[in-house]
Amino acid sequence: MMDDAKKKALKRFSIQTQMEIVKMISRVPAGHIGGSLSITDLLSVLYNKHMKIDPKNPKWENRDWLVLSKGHCGPALYATLALKGYFPMEQLETLNSPGTNLPSHADRNRTVGIDMTTGSLGQGASTAAGVAVGMKMDGKDNKVYLILGDGELNEGQVWEMAMMASTKKLDNLIAFVDYNKLQIDGRTDTDEVCNLGDICAKFAAFGWYAQRVDGHDIEAIDEAIANAKDHKGDPSVIVLDTVKGNGWSRIADTAGSHSRGVSPEELEEALAEMQTVMDNI
Amino acid sequence: MSKIILSKERGKDVSDMRTAYCEAMIEMAENDERIVALDADLMTAMGMKPFAKKFPERTVDCGIQESNMIGVACGLSVWGKVPFAHTFGPFCTRRACDQIFMSGAYNRANVKVVGSDPGITAAYNGGTHMPFEDMGIMRGIPTMTVVEPTDIVMLKNLLPKIADQYGMFYMRLVRKGVRKVYEEGSEFEIGKAVKLSDGNDVTIIASGYCVAEALDAAELLKAEGISARVLNMFTWKPLDEEAVLAAAAETGAIVTAENHNVINGLGSAVSELLAKKNPTVMEMVGVQDEFGEVGPESYLRERFGLTAEYIAEAVRKVLKRK
Repeated sequence: MMDDAKKKALKRFSIQTQMEIVKMISRVPAGHIGGSLSITDLLSVLYNKHMKIDPKNPKWENRDWLVLSKGHCGPALYATLALKGYFPMEQLETLNSPGTNLPSHADRNRTVGIDMTTGSLGQGASTAAGVAVGMKMDGKDNKVYLILGDGELNEGQVWEMAMMASTKKLDNLIAFVDYNKLQIDGRTDTDEVCNLGDICAKFAAFGWYAQRVDGHDIEAIDEAIANAKDHKGDPSVIVLDTVKGNGWSRIADTAGSHSRGVSPEELEEALAEMQTVMDNI
Repeated sequence: MSKIILSKERGKDVSDMRTAYCEAMIEMAENDERIVALDADLMTAMGMKPFAKKFPERTVDCGIQESNMIGVACGLSVWGKVPFAHTFGPFCTRRACDQIFMSGAYNRANVKVVGSDPGITAAYNGGTHMPFEDMGIMRGIPTMTVVEPTDIVMLKNLLPKIADQYGMFYMRLVRKGVRKVYEEGSEFEIGKAVKLSDGNDVTIIASGYCVAEALDAAELLKAEGISARVLNMFTWKPLDEEAVLAAAAETGAIVTAENHNVINGLGSAVSELLAKKNPTVMEMVGVQDEFGEVGPESYLRERFGLTAEYIAEAVRKVLKRK
C-alpha cells in the first residue's frame, strides 16, 4: 500500500512531466506526444519509488536499468530525467534542435541517464534481455525495466525475446506494455491493423508472470511492480491500460496524437487543463 | 606490426577453422571473464560445444532467433561483456541487419558478429545459405570493422585483437578446412594488408578463399614473365588505403579477387578509393551479381570463377588496358 501523500506526490510528478512534454514539443514542428503522455504515470512510479538510481551518478553499477523500447517516446523520459536532476531543466528546450543531446529517439550516447539506444521497434526487448542476462552472469540483483509499446508487439522480435527470457528464467526483467490501444494506422485491439488479442494470455503462454492494471492508477502500478519484484523464476510483464495523449482532452485517445505539433494556443490550453488536474489532486 | 611466415605448400589444413575458433575462444575466456559466446542453435555446427561445456554460464544459445540473439549480445556488451555471436553469414547479416545497425553500431555496442560459411564454402547448403553479400552489407554500416581471416594461423592471431578492440566487428569464418597460407608465428594487424609476394607489373588484392588462389595465379603468371604483387586484404573495412595506393602507384594495374559479389565487395572498396585518389585500370574476380547454388566447392569455384586460372586471366586482361 502506498500512503496518500506519496500517491499524490507521484501523480503531481507525472503531471509535471506531461507539462514539460507539451512544452518541449511546442518548440518543434511535431513530436511523439501521444505515446509520451500515456507513460508518465509509469515513469513517475518507477523513478520515484521502485528504481534504484542515483541521478548524480547515472552509471552507478548497482543501479536498476530502464530500456525505453518505444524509443520515440524519448520526450517523456527526458522530462522525467530532468525533473529527477540528471541534467538541467533548460536542456529540455533543445529537443530535436541541431546538435542536441535530446533526439526524437532515446540515445544512450547522447543523453545522461539513458541506458540504451532505441528507436527501431522490438529491439529494446532484446537489448534489455541482454542486460538482464549479463546481470545474472555477474550475480547482480539489479532489475531491468523494459517499456514496450502496444503497437510494438507487432514485431516478431518481441516474441523471440519472450520465448528466450522465460527459458533463461530472467526474473530480473520486468516489462511493461503501454496498452493505449492505438498505433499509427488504427486500433491495436480490433482488426484494424493487427489485433493484439489477450496480451496477458500471450505472455503467460510464453511462460511469463503477467499482470494487467490501470496504467493511470499510481497505486495499481506500484502494487503490480511490487508483485513482479517478488515473483521468482520468471520474467514479468505488466500490461498497462492507458490512454494515448492522456492529460490533454483535445488529443486523448486519437491515433493522430502519435506525432503532431502543438501551437501556442494549444500549449496554453493543454497546460491549463493539466494545471487544473494538478490543483485538484 | 605484421610478421609473416608463408606456408610453402599451401595445402588444405588438416584441422577445421571451427576447431581453432573454439580453442581460441576457450583460451581467451580463461584469461578474460568478459568473453561470452552466443549462438542461434548452431553451436554444434560451429563446434562450440567444448566452450559451452567449459563455460556454461557464459554461453547463451538463443535458439533459432538471430535478431534476438544479436540484440541480446548488444545488451550484454552494454552491460560490459565482450560477446561473440555466431550464426551462418546470411542469417546474421541479412536477417539481423537492422539489429546489427541499431542495437549494435548506432548504439556503440561491442559485439563480435561471426558469420560462417562464406560464399561458395556454404557448398551443399546451396543458394539460400550462400552469402555473397554479407561483407558488403556490413561495410555499409558506420563504425563496423569487417574482416575475413584467411586460415587458422591468422584466425588465432586475430581473435584476441578483435576482442580487445572496442566496437562492432563482422568476421567471416569458414567452418571447415581451408588452404594454409601462413605458418605459426605469423602476426597480423587489423586494418593492415599483408604483402605476400612482390611484383611490378600488376597487384592482385585478394581475400579469404581467393588468397591461396591468388598466390597460385602469381606463380602461373611468373612463368609467362608477368611479375604480380599479391596483397591479402583481410580487413575490408577500414581498408588499408596506403597499401592500395602504393600498389596502384608502383604496379599501375589492379585485380581484386573475392569469394563475394563484386558489387559492394572488395573490388568496390578498392575502386572507390582509386577513383578518388588515383584512377587505375582494374579487373574484379568474384561473383558477378548472381545467387549462389548448391554443389561441391570444386564445382562452385569453377561455376563462379574464383580459381587461380580466372585470376590469371583477369591479370592478362587488365595488362592489355594498362
